[in-house]
Amino acid sequence: MSDIKVDAVLDITNEVCPMTFVKTKLKLETMEPGQHLEVVLCDGEPLRNVPRSLKEEGHKIVGTKKEGNRFHLIVEKGM
Amino acid sequence: MLDHYIEDEKDKVEVTVPVIGKSAGVLSFNDLKTGGYIKQRQKDKFTVRCMVPGGRLPIKKMKKIAEVAEKYGADYVHISIRQSVEIPYVDYHNFDKVAAELSEADQKVASCGPRVRVPTACSGCEYNPNGLSDTQGLTKLVNDKFFGAECNHKFKTSFSGCPIDCARTSEMDLAFQGAVFPEWEEEKCTGCRICASACQEDAIHDHPETGEPIFYQDKCLYCADCIRACPTEAWVSGKTGHIVRIGGKHGRHPFKGSVVAKFVSDQDVPAIIEKTVEWYNKHGVGKGRIRIGTLLREEGMMQSYMEQMKDVFKDKAVKDPKPPLEINIQE
Ligand code: SF4
Ligand code: SF4
Ligand code: SF4
Repeated sequence: MSDIKVDAVLDITNEVCPMTFVKTKLKLETMEPGQHLEVVLCDGEPLRNVPRSLKEEGHKIVGTKKEGNRFHLIVEKGM
Repeated sequence: MLDHYIEDEKDKVEVTVPVIGKSAGVLSFNDLKTGGYIKQRQKDKFTVRCMVPGGRLPIKKMKKIAEVAEKYGADYVHISIRQSVEIPYVDYHNFDKVAAELSEADQKVASCGPRVRVPTACSGCEYNPNGLSDTQGLTKLVNDKFFGAECNHKFKTSFSGCPIDCARTSEMDLAFQGAVFPEWEEEKCTGCRICASACQEDAIHDHPETGEPIFYQDKCLYCADCIRACPTEAWVSGKTGHIVRIGGKHGRHPFKGSVVAKFVSDQDVPAIIEKTVEWYNKHGVGKGRIRIGTLLREEGMMQSYMEQMKDVFKDKAVKDPKPPLEINIQE
């Protein structure tokens, strides 16, 4: 995932569902289609809900990295 | 509060509305109960049970029920545990008016007694994020086809959209739970390890070096969390359908239903119900009011049932399923 230029970073490791996705969505709304957002989130429920919601709303997860019990997702904003 | 003013079960009243299986006339409280008119503690008062298959109540019907309840009942309705809407405090002299006015919105009165009951269901895949099956579509189909069919005892069905099982399929006489078999396509996988973390059943481990999933089918509940979470669609839906559970019940001596088939299709559902009720009625003869779970716990009955179902279940049958399990609520 190192070759993708990230336009913004969002840490939602302190949020709980559904705020995890709401915060991600709000952040994406401030961005342009095609831009990349790095989302840092925890294992467990956020990981079950955030990636699927992103996909359902037409965004693409183009990179991922695992660090202990945290995941970094590189999200490409959809149309 | 125990009530000493409950009329004798054999008392009869004259009604001018036909109830299920009976025409209008002088009917006993038991006949009326069978037809969805349930005697209350209060003299002449009955609760009218409106059917709401799968808990889905169109606004048009809801308004009509409200109107009728206000006119003939009390200032509330009661939502039953099986998703019916009950109108309490209806005087039996008003049954015909209540039935006629409800039918203006095509609202039907539900039934009790020894027959196939209105199915219960969760909202299913239409808008529920976890939903894997069309619980509402099937509920409608099953209710239209089987509602009121006579059995040895009550026969409850339900539909859950996923293994979270909000519609309690393990507590029903016969019930269906949505399921999806996850299939992995190696070439799409980037080894990100998300699926291993997303699976709540420990059915996916990540390979220490490559991060690719190692799947343990025996632990899988077929919930599709891995399919939803995978960023690259490397997990895809394989066979989809329903897990079939039979012989569950609640009550003083609950049974946990047994899984008898996996991944049956929507099209299989009517035949499964029909064949099961046929078996139940045949083998319950002379045994009084016996639930199918009790029957299945008798020696050799599980085998007999599976034999009856083999042409419907085909390769989806579970091999040598256990009989329903009794649960002690006292310990
Ligand atoms: S059983 Fe599954 S699909 Fe149905 S309501 Fe519960 S979580 Fe949703
Ligand atoms: S379907 Fe559910 S239980 Fe089975 S492997 Fe996927 S996430 Fe785990
Ligand atoms: S989530 Fe998808 S891409 Fe990631 S390891 Fe699992 S199967 Fe592979």
